[in-house]
Amino acid sequence: MAARHIAPDTPELRERWGSFAFTPENKAQADKHIAKYPEGRQKSATMPLLDLAQRQVGAETDTQGWLPLPVIEYVAAYLDQPVIRVLEVATFYTMYNLEPVGKFHVQVCGTTPCMLRGSDDIIAACKKRGMKPGHISEDGLWSFTEVECMGNCATAPMVQINDDNYEDLTAERLDAVLDALAKGETPKTGTQEPGRHTSEPANALSNLKEMVDENHDYRSEW
Amino acid sequence: MPKVTVDGQEIEVPAGATVLQACELAGKEIPRFCYHERLSIAGNCRMCLVEVKPGPPKPQASCALPATEGQEIRTDSEMVKTAREGVMEFLLINHPLDCPICDQGGECDLQDQSVAYGRGASRYHENKRAVTSKNMGPLIKTIMTRCIHCTRCVRFSEEIAGVDEIGALYRGEDMQITTYLEQAAKHELSANVIDLCPVGALTSRPYAYEARPWELKKTLGIDVSDAVGSNIRIDSRGREVLRVLPRINDDVNEEWISDKARYQVDGLTRRRLDKVWIRKPKGPKGKLVQASWEEAFKKIAAAKPGKSIAAVAGDMLDCETMFAAKALLKASGSSLIESRQTGMDYDVSNLAAVNFNSGFSGIEEADAILIVGSNVRWEAPLVNVRLRKAAKRGAKVFIVGPEWEPTYPATFIGQDVSVLSKLPAEVTDALKAAEKPAIILGGGGFAAGAHAASVKIAHDFNMVRDGWNGFNALHMAAARMGALMLGFAQDGGIADIVKAKPKVLLALGADEVDFTRFEDSLKVYIGHHGDKGAHAADIILPASAFTEKPGTYVNTEGRVQRGDKAVFAPGDAREDWTILRALADALGVNVGFDSFHELRDAMYADAPALAIEGEVTDYGALAKSVKGNAAPKGTIPAPIKDFYLTNPIARASAVMQQCSNELLLGETLAEAAE
Repeated sequence: MAARHIAPDTPELRERWGSFAFTPENKAQADKHIAKYPEGRQKSATMPLLDLAQRQVGAETDTQGWLPLPVIEYVAAYLDQPVIRVLEVATFYTMYNLEPVGKFHVQVCGTTPCMLRGSDDIIAACKKRGMKPGHISEDGLWSFTEVECMGNCATAPMVQINDDNYEDLTAERLDAVLDALAKGETPKTGTQEPGRHTSEPANALSNLKEMVDENHDYRSEW
Repeated sequence: MPKVTVDGQEIEVPAGATVLQACELAGKEIPRFCYHERLSIAGNCRMCLVEVKPGPPKPQASCALPATEGQEIRTDSEMVKTAREGVMEFLLINHPLDCPICDQGGECDLQDQSVAYGRGASRYHENKRAVTSKNMGPLIKTIMTRCIHCTRCVRFSEEIAGVDEIGALYRGEDMQITTYLEQAAKHELSANVIDLCPVGALTSRPYAYEARPWELKKTLGIDVSDAVGSNIRIDSRGREVLRVLPRINDDVNEEWISDKARYQVDGLTRRRLDKVWIRKPKGPKGKLVQASWEEAFKKIAAAKPGKSIAAVAGDMLDCETMFAAKALLKASGSSLIESRQTGMDYDVSNLAAVNFNSGFSGIEEADAILIVGSNVRWEAPLVNVRLRKAAKRGAKVFIVGPEWEPTYPATFIGQDVSVLSKLPAEVTDALKAAEKPAIILGGGGFAAGAHAASVKIAHDFNMVRDGWNGFNALHMAAARMGALMLGFAQDGGIADIVKAKPKVLLALGADEVDFTRFEDSLKVYIGHHGDKGAHAADIILPASAFTEKPGTYVNTEGRVQRGDKAVFAPGDAREDWTILRALADALGVNVGFDSFHELRDAMYADAPALAIEGEVTDYGALAKSVKGNAAPKGTIPAPIKDFYLTNPIARASAVMQQCSNELLLGETLAEAAE
């Protein structure tokens, strides 16, 4: 996280993004988000609008998308908000990229459960492909961030690539996913363990056995 | 009115009070960093932890916890002590130990509270966080590694100043306080964040490394940079004023002061008049030559003014000086005294018609406000803070005059003063529907001749009603109300004095007068700065600035306040009244006082209201009408061209010049280039 910082405000950045505006589809989306809130409370729509803007930048640059300063200023103006308030939001949440990213933004969870289940191998596999934190790989495909818990501990280790999670990984399974992505295919999302559907127990039930068929009140047994 | 028990002592607290306030009412000191009486509650420093029953068995942040009936609060238990120690240790984890080179040292909340509530030593052995310092302009120096993320500065700029300049970027340990793209903080009250900062993260740039707080002599004073009469503390060392800080006065400035009041004081050591000068030969071609007091007095006496002597008072004068001049002229048989330097001639027969009758705290309650020709943000930044509060409570604000950027929703209804005689329906509707309607007549409004029309509007909309007086004149000169109370006004303004062709004209710190109209007079400038008045003068008598003499000031709401003398005037300069007293001897007249004490007694006899310190003067009822055109026409001018350079002290101040260049001119230049 400490690596997060706003991309410098350069004339080139202004020239490239200064004229940013929502596409008609995104504008309709944005207005729909704003309409969810009472009049005068349009700032509540800051987060969805920043997301829309990031996706539009992504579509324009064929990457996951990021938020250049002029785009943040555009969103602030769109919401009639001071820029600093919108910038605060954009810098707070890690799902807003403050710097350009590659086509695929690989976010590897390195928190304890994933680490115990082998996230170090996953990170090593990523690095082998030329990914390193804060950089886009030479082919423009990959960006890499090590992140904290993404809430998939039952299917650890996991990575999040753009909008999708890939779970129950090994170095080989990750390679397969990344190769498929690089080829433009759409690999199966979620768990990569054969036979597993989601985060159900991987083996036989070890606890909460009475709950299999019907709801069971365990409280008397505490 | 819930009853709570604080450390075994049962007290009743006002409804809506927090536990922290309850503890304070019980006389307990609660350490805090983020909590501030005048800001919203953030609850992020965790320093104010106390033990509260009933509730979870853990310490609670008292600043954000409402006091409720039957609470048992403990501020002295073991749990509270260890909790405070723990919070303190965490706060200090990333705080650098650079107190010896920190300007906050000696007046630092973190330092004081770590001594009082902290552990003796830290158990933290890792590297500390380092944060790059941010640019916040010429007034605020930042050392952001020291920041403890209390967000007081963010809340101040958003809530009080009303401009979202400062924000907190990133999160957690990486949180950084900054302005957008490190632009300078431009608001007129921006430097108040320096006082608010509980640590040395935001410190005063002009005062950097100047002095330690314990070296300074603290004198209570009154600010003269505008007509608000902010209560200030003048910190001086030896003969130099090093800084000015606000004093708390809820009726006047709350606890803020404008950047000009705070930072113009470096001008007190520059361009000072510290010698007597005489222009030889007299007239525009002459050169100023150094002289002695005797020579100067002889020269004035040689002009044989007799009755033909006039006095014009400047904008920063104390009442004592003005009274001394008035006494001198009276003894000479003249009554040619005037204070409205720029030639305004509004009717002053009813002082309630030139006074801010609602009062500063009263205007907060107004629910419909019509501002006539006043850039309140520049003319009285602290009144603008009050107006913002009123607007936040739902007051509708309408402004006639040149456009400026209010920090609250307001409607501009035209630059031409003629709009007053045919106000748009939305304005009349709002004023009619309001319970406490108010009109504020500013400098631009007076200049455009809107005085009579404004008084008429006040009566038309019944603004003076039971317990409410909504007619307000907002002056810009600290001396104005005092001058008017002492009668420093001619019917025709300064034109009357021009017509009288006085042999001797005393310009008492008067720098805005058009002296070309007094070519035949012997112009004697009694003041402290080599500014416009001194350039035009034939004789210059060096006098004292507001920090160098005790004085009485009346602010625009008619509040009489007194400031003390902080330092001695430089060189040969004397306190103004002594100069006028000596001049009386030179002219062979008797003014009736020989000491400052006698002068004050005589002044109180002349204007008894000046003896009542701290109170708002009662000027009686608002006149039914005042002289002047009730249907004026013409564009309202903007009297203040440059907020940072409105008076001779500020014009001599390097800091104010820098502010003007960077914050005002820099902006216009950049815009012109775009």
